[in-house]
Amino acid sequence: MFPAAFDYRSPAALEDVLDSLAAYGDEAKVLAGGMSLIPMMKLRFASPEVLVDLGRVPGLDAVQETPDGLRIGALVRHAELEASELLRQRYPVMAAAAPLIADPLVRNRGTLVGSLAHADPAGDWGSVMLALNAEVVARSTAGQRVIPVREFFTGPFSTVLQPTEVAVEVRVPRPSSRSGGTYLKLERKVGDFATVGVAAHLELDNERIGRAGLALTAVGGHNVVAAEAEEVLAGAEPGPEVFAEAAEAAARAADPPSDVRGSADYKRQVVRTYVRRGLARSLELAQAA
Amino acid sequence: MTTTMPGPEIHGLGHSMKRKEDDRFVRGRGTYIEDVVLPRMLHMALLRSPLAHARIASIDPSAAAELPGVVAVVTGADLAAHNLAWMPTLSGDTQAVLATDKVRFQGQEVAAVVAEDPYVARDALELIEVDYEELPAVVDPHAALRPAAPVIRDDKEGQDTNLAYTWEAGDKAAADAAFAQADVVVSLDTHYPRCHPSPMETCGCVADVNAATGKATIYMTSQAPHAHRTLFAMVAGLPEQNIQIKTVDIGGGFGNKVPIYPGYVVATAASLLLDRPVKWIEDRTENLISTGFARDYHMHGELALNRDGRMLGLRVSMVSDQGAFFADAQPSKCRAGLFHIVTGSYDLTAAHVTGRGAYTNKAPGGVAYRCSFRVTEASFLIERLVQNAAYELGIDPAELRRLNFIRPEQFPYQSATGFLYDSGNYPAALQKALDAVGYDELRREQAEGRAQGKLMGIGIASFTEVVGAGPHKDYDIAGIKMFDSAELRVHPTGKAILKIGVQTQGQGHETTFAQIVANELRIPAEDVLVQYGDTDNTPYGLGTYASRSTPTAGAATAVVSRKLLDKGRKIAAHVLECSPDDLEWQSGRFVVKGTPEQAVTIQDVAFAAYTNHPDDLEAGLEGVTYYDPPNMTYPFGTYVVVVDVDPETGVWTVRRAVAVDDCGVRINPMIVEGQLHGGLAEGYGIAAMQLITFDEQGNCIGSNFMDYLLPTSWETPRFETYAMETPSPHHPLGAKGVGESATVGSPAAYVNAVIDALTHLGVRNIDMPVTSAKVWQAIQQASP
Ligand SMILES: Cc1cc2nc3c(=O)[nH]c(=O)nc-3n(C[C@H](O)[C@H](O)[C@H](O)COP(=O)(O)OP(=O)(O)OC[C@H]3O[C@@H](n4cnc5c(N)ncnc54)[C@H](O)[C@@H]3O)c2cc1C
Repeated sequence: MFPAAFDYRSPAALEDVLDSLAAYGDEAKVLAGGMSLIPMMKLRFASPEVLVDLGRVPGLDAVQETPDGLRIGALVRHAELEASELLRQRYPVMAAAAPLIADPLVRNRGTLVGSLAHADPAGDWGSVMLALNAEVVARSTAGQRVIPVREFFTGPFSTVLQPTEVAVEVRVPRPSSRSGGTYLKLERKVGDFATVGVAAHLELDNERIGRAGLALTAVGGHNVVAAEAEEVLAGAEPGPEVFAEAAEAAARAADPPSDVRGSADYKRQVVRTYVRRGLARSLELAQAA
Repeated sequence: MTTTMPGPEIHGLGHSMKRKEDDRFVRGRGTYIEDVVLPRMLHMALLRSPLAHARIASIDPSAAAELPGVVAVVTGADLAAHNLAWMPTLSGDTQAVLATDKVRFQGQEVAAVVAEDPYVARDALELIEVDYEELPAVVDPHAALRPAAPVIRDDKEGQDTNLAYTWEAGDKAAADAAFAQADVVVSLDTHYPRCHPSPMETCGCVADVNAATGKATIYMTSQAPHAHRTLFAMVAGLPEQNIQIKTVDIGGGFGNKVPIYPGYVVATAASLLLDRPVKWIEDRTENLISTGFARDYHMHGELALNRDGRMLGLRVSMVSDQGAFFADAQPSKCRAGLFHIVTGSYDLTAAHVTGRGAYTNKAPGGVAYRCSFRVTEASFLIERLVQNAAYELGIDPAELRRLNFIRPEQFPYQSATGFLYDSGNYPAALQKALDAVGYDELRREQAEGRAQGKLMGIGIASFTEVVGAGPHKDYDIAGIKMFDSAELRVHPTGKAILKIGVQTQGQGHETTFAQIVANELRIPAEDVLVQYGDTDNTPYGLGTYASRSTPTAGAATAVVSRKLLDKGRKIAAHVLECSPDDLEWQSGRFVVKGTPEQAVTIQDVAFAAYTNHPDDLEAGLEGVTYYDPPNMTYPFGTYVVVVDVDPETGVWTVRRAVAVDDCGVRINPMIVEGQLHGGLAEGYGIAAMQLITFDEQGNCIGSNFMDYLLPTSWETPRFETYAMETPSPHHPLGAKGVGESATVGSPAAYVNAVIDALTHLGVRNIDMPVTSAKVWQAIQQASP
C-alpha cells in the first residue's frame, strides 16, 4: 500500500505547528500516533498535502493529576494509560478500557487525544470520556478554547475542531471518592473495533447514586451518551431493578446499524446486557472504595 | 579405516529436532520476493475493476503513460496482440489475464502500469480512464443457475448458462434403496463460507526476461514451481529450458500459491517487452479480493438410519460458488476435488453425491486452503450430519459414531464412493479423545447446568482425511501426473545434498526430509542439506499442497536413500574385501557378519565411492527416484471441543480443545504438532469469525484484516494434542500426510460444540462463521 505524495513537517514548537495549520488549513493534517491516519493514507482514503507531526513538540506527553482531575497530553499513548497505576486506583473506567483498545502494537503508538480527534464511532475512548464528562483543550493561532466532550462529536469522523486547531490535552474531572466504573466491549477478536462498547461510571452519594455516566460505542454516528439512562440512575437507590431500567433506556439510545457483526436488535441486546453488568461492576467498585 | 560409531545424533524418525530453517527465519534473514532486487528493475501495479460486472466500453491509458517515471501501460488489448489476454486455469477453464470484453468480478485485473518506482506506478493507476457500462451482478450461486440469470461467461462458445460443471459420485440406485428402508432420515443444509488462505506474504514475482541471454528467470511465490514452469512454457510459448522459476523463501502458502495469477503473466510479458526485470507484489487487499479463495460450498446432506442408529445411506447435493472463472486448483479429473470422501469415517455402503458449479460475479479460486481438494467441506458436512442424527435418535453423539465406524479389521476399506482407505483405528482415536477430555463427567455437568440455564456444549469430530496425490492413473494436474521426486548425492566427506520436487512454504521440509535421509543412511540430519524451489537445479515434481509432500517426495527420499545404501553395500564389500552378502547393516555401519571389528561407516563408504570404488561400479554415491504412490494415505483423528455460551449475548468461548491425531509414523513429532496447532487455530478462525461476503452489487466485504479476521494467539484456544500411530501399509516409512488434518477436522468440532450447547432448545444448525450474533439469534428463535 503506497500513499500519494505529501509534504512532511515536524516542528519542535507548538507555535510552529499552529502556524503551519493556519497556513495550510484544510490541506494539512495533524499527525499524532498515526494509527488511524497512516492506514487511511495508504489506502488513499486520505491524501493530505501536508502532514504536521506533533512528535517533536515538547510537553505533550504527560499524564498529570491535579486537585481537579487528570490532564492527558496529546502525545500520551494508549500503552502508557494501560500501564498506569493511577488509573487503576482512581479512574477504573479508563483502566478497563485501555487494554481493550486495538492490539499491543497499536497501543504503543496511538494516542487518546488522537482517538478523540479521529472520532471513529467505534472508538473506545470517546465513550469513556463522555461517561467521565471530560473536556478537550484546543489551541490555534487564535488562542485556546475548552470544549466539553459532550459537545465535541458531531458525526462519524467529525468533531467541532477546526482544521487550524490542535487538541493539546484532555481534562478528566476527578471522580468523587466513592465512585466506580468499568468499560465492557464486545469484539470479535483482539485488535477488533467494538461491535458494542459500554462505558459506565457511578458515583455514590450516601447510599444513593449521585452522578451516573453512561456512554455507548459503535451504536450511532458517534459515541453517544445514554442520557435517559443517566437520568433514571441519578438519585436512585442502586440495584438490579434500576440497573435493568437504565439498561432498557440505554438500549433505546442505541441506534446501531445491522451488519456482518449482527443485527441492530442484537446490538441493542448487547447494550442492555453490558449496561446491566457494567453498572453492577461499577457499584461493586464504588462500594469497595 | 575408522570403526567407531558416528558421534553426533542422527535425528532419524521420531526425533523432534529443531527446524533447520528457523535460524534464518527468526533472525529476519529469510529471502522473500520483496527482498529480490535486480539491476534495472521496474515496478508494476495492477488496475482492478471497481465493479463486479460491466462491459468495458473503452480504456484510455494516455494520461497515465505520460506521467514522469511511467515506462509502460499494459492493457488487455496489448496482451491480445501476443495471444496472452486469456490463460488456462487448473480446472480446464480460461481466465482473463487483463480484461478485454467485460469485467466479471470486483478486483479483476484491467490494466497494468510499469514504472521506475512503486509509488509512481500507483499514482499512474489513478490516471487510467476506463469507461464501464455496468451490468447486473450475479452474486447468489442458486440464482446464477436459474434460467433467467444474466450469462457471465459470454466469452465462451456455447456457454449460455452460468453452469461451470456438473459432477457425481457413488451409486444413486443403491443410495435410494437404502433411503427407502430407513426409519429415520436426517438432513442438513449448510454453507461452508468463502474463506481465504491469507498467507503472511502476499503473492508476487520478479520476472527477468533477458533478451541478451534468452533466459527467463522468474522469482515467484509458487507452491509448484516445476508445474508452473511447464505452464509458462505452454502459455507464453517460451522454450522450457530457458525458463527458470526460483521460489526463494515463501512466507506461507496454504494453497494460495498453487494457481498462476494474472499478475505473474503480465509481469513476465512486460519484462519480455521491455527487456528489464519487473517486480509485481500485491498488497493485502489485492490478495484478499482477487487471489484464490477457498470453500464456498452450499451443501445439502441426507443421512438414512435405522432406529437403533445404524447408518444405511448418504445422499449429498452441492452447489459450489466458483466465481467468474472455474479455477479450482485440483487434479484434472476431479471437478469437485475429493469431495466424495464425504462418507467420512463411517461404514456407509450406499452413497450418492452430486455437484454443480455456478459462475458468479466473484473472484475465482477454489484453492485447497489447507485442505486436500474439498475434503474439508466433505468432512464438515458428514460430521455435522452425524451429530444431528444423534440428537434425532436420542443416541449419544460419541456412541452413534462408535456404532458406525469402519472397524479396524475392515482395512483396507473400499468406500461406496470409490476410495480405498489404507489403514485406521477410529474407535481407538475416539476413545482416547473422550478419555482425555473427561467426556462422561462433562455430560453430567452439562445436564446439571442446563437445569440452571447454563449453556455448555461438547462437540466431536471424527474425521478421515485423504492425502498424498497421487497414483498417476487417477491424478494429474493439467496432464502432468502427480508423482514426486528426490535426488540424493552423498559427497566424499559423508555429507549429503537432497533435492526434492516439492516446495516448502513453512512446513519444515529442510528438516523433515533431512531426517528421512538420516533415518535411512544414518548420516546425521545436520549433514544433509535439502534443496528445492529452483527448477534448474531440482528434479521435476508437482509441488507442495494437499498434504502430499511426505506421502510422495518423502517416499521418494526413502527409496532413493535405500538405492544408495544398496550401492554402499557393494562399495563396503570392496573395501572390506568380502562379499556383499557377508555384510550386515547396523545403524550407520556395514559390519562383517561374525567379525564385528571389521566394519566401515557410511562416511567411509561415501569416501570410498569417490576414492576407492570397485571396477565394476560407477564412481559416486548419487541417485534419483520418481515415486508414484500406489494409493493415497488416510490420516484420521478425533477432536473434542468444549464451549461455554453466554445466553444473553451469544458469545461462546472454548473451554477445552482436545485433538487426537493419527498420521501414521511421525518423522519429526514437533513439526507434526506445529502443523496441528496451526490447523486447529485456522479451523477455529473459520468456525468463529472468517467470512468473505459480497453485497448485492457484488462488492467484496472482507477486503482487509479489520474485516477478514485472523485469530491471533490472544483468542486462539489452548490445544491439548495426543498422538496415535497407525502406519500406512504402503508408504515406505509408514507415514501419512498431516499438514491439513486439523483444518479439515476441527471446524465441525467447534460448530458441533456450539450446537450441542443449544440442542435442548431445538437448535440444529448455525452456519459458519458462528458469530455471537447468530448464536443469540438462534437462541431467540428457539425459545421465544
Ligand atoms: C489495527 C487497529 C486496530 C484499532 N483498534 C481500535 C480499537 O479497538 N479501539 C479504538 O478506540 N481504536 C482503535 N484503533 C485506532 C487507534 O486507537 C488510534 O490510535 C486512534 O484512533 C488515533 O490515534 P492516533 O494518535 O494514532 O491518531 P492519528 O492516526 O495520528 O490521527 C488520527 C486523526 O486525528 C487527527 N489528530 C490526531 N491528533 C490530533 C490532535 N492532537 N489535534 C487535532 N487532530 C488530531 C489527525 O489529523 C487524524 O485526522 C485501531 C487502529 C488500528 C490500526
